[in-house]
Amino acid sequence: MNVRVIARLDIKGPNLVKGIHLEGLRVLGKPERFARHYYEQGADELVYMDAVASLYQRNSLLDIVTRTSREIFIPLTVGGGIRSLDDINQVLRAGADKVSLNTAAIQNPEFIKEAARRFGSSTIVISIEAIRQPDGRYQAYTNNGRESTGFDAVEWAMRVAESGAGEILLTSVDREGTGKGFDLELTSAIAGAVPIPVIAAGGAGKLSHVAEVVQQGRADAVCLASMLHYNLLRSLSSKDDFSGEGNVEYLKNQRGFSKVEDSALPEIKTYLIKSGIPCRAETLDTSRA
Amino acid sequence: MGNLFSVKQACEQVGLNAIITNSKKTILASSAVILPGVGAFGDAMQILEQLDLVQVIQELANSGKPVAGICLGMQLLMTESHEFGRHRGLGLIEGEVTRLSVDTHLDRPLKVPHMGWSRIYSADSIDEQVPVGAWKGSLIEDLPNGTFMYFVHSYYPKPESPDVRLSLTRYGSLEFCSSFQKRNIFGCQFHPERSGPRGLAIYRKLAASIHSLQEQHSYD
Repeated sequence: MNVRVIARLDIKGPNLVKGIHLEGLRVLGKPERFARHYYEQGADELVYMDAVASLYQRNSLLDIVTRTSREIFIPLTVGGGIRSLDDINQVLRAGADKVSLNTAAIQNPEFIKEAARRFGSSTIVISIEAIRQPDGRYQAYTNNGRESTGFDAVEWAMRVAESGAGEILLTSVDREGTGKGFDLELTSAIAGAVPIPVIAAGGAGKLSHVAEVVQQGRADAVCLASMLHYNLLRSLSSKDDFSGEGNVEYLKNQRGFSKVEDSALPEIKTYLIKSGIPCRAETLDTSRA
Repeated sequence: MGNLFSVKQACEQVGLNAIITNSKKTILASSAVILPGVGAFGDAMQILEQLDLVQVIQELANSGKPVAGICLGMQLLMTESHEFGRHRGLGLIEGEVTRLSVDTHLDRPLKVPHMGWSRIYSADSIDEQVPVGAWKGSLIEDLPNGTFMYFVHSYYPKPESPDVRLSLTRYGSLEFCSSFQKRNIFGCQFHPERSGPRGLAIYRKLAASIHSLQEQHSYD
């Protein structure tokens, strides 16, 4: 099977942001612009995560989803703060293809079944935010890794698969934004335990990390953020208007993030193929799209 | 996946005015029908029966208007499915729908659903340089052999007649029919609306075939 390389965009208000350990957000730019670029560069899918997930900002997110889905014709998953069947419906109506759920599923695991029955399994992605415990086991968290649930991450993964989830977006909160590499042990424990695809997220800092998480971590897809964003930022002379949210100073200084060796999608795909990992390596001719 | 709104947006992108509807009248008055579909085969057929749409779609297909089934919509065009029991389909293409079987003995068994980008090949040749003769006149006419398309499915259709098969796709050791066309009836297991510009080319072809039908009628 061709491994998918998925670009993840964390969104706060109108802006793309990036954090470390899912906290300490930095403003990077307008999400639509990044999304368009990744689409043209051959991203296999896009994930939009509402970093704040508060309801009063939801309209702004829905607008971004609609604008994106009108010009980007690859699957778009939207997550963050989705709590009810109505929420899912709203996000799908705005133009998302799949939704990612975490808190709502943990609070009421039956919700996964209801959502899968109503919208189809393949529409329901369960996001698992895992943190390694002192005893070496992994626990599932909510709220960007801030709240403990008491659920063992591997057991929870098996349960969501049984409940009808279409795939699992697995984030290592420990590694998120650090550039130290994916948590291979975590990824392989979960990918080996469930029959559904597992998307590995959190920690990619160089090309070899991406190949490792597929080969050793048995990931079916990889989700990248910093690696791609910093690469694009370097190539942009930013004329974006930033609406005063988050830490814009960082962007003005145009500083890269030293622990991440940034990379563009075509380069990543070429590397994967050279490593013997099949994937779709093509940039799109979007001139007619 | 298989979002109605994505299908609508793809239609709009190629200049087609798409209406999401379950009204018999609207469907019969339309120039073409796209049958998307999410969820289970049995549920979908039950809903079509409750809405009294089974015959409507069959009539439309027999009238020569383009009918395109996407993903579950493609499967619904078949005679029957074995998803959660045995269910009768629309019967426009002979054959059944069965579950993707995975080699569980492998060190790394393939996942079900099959999710992601896979190539679609001509049944005759996998040579990417050769234009596919069998695709001429079909909705995938403009695509090169081996084009990547986005798939999400746990079941696949097995048309009885090899003649209707347009493309094949490989998943592990399995080779399945990923698109078919019989006269005006087209089906694809992948999601062209989420398969980039190449996927949109299928919608563009659909728009062209609608326009040429309309021109023919205006000469009649």
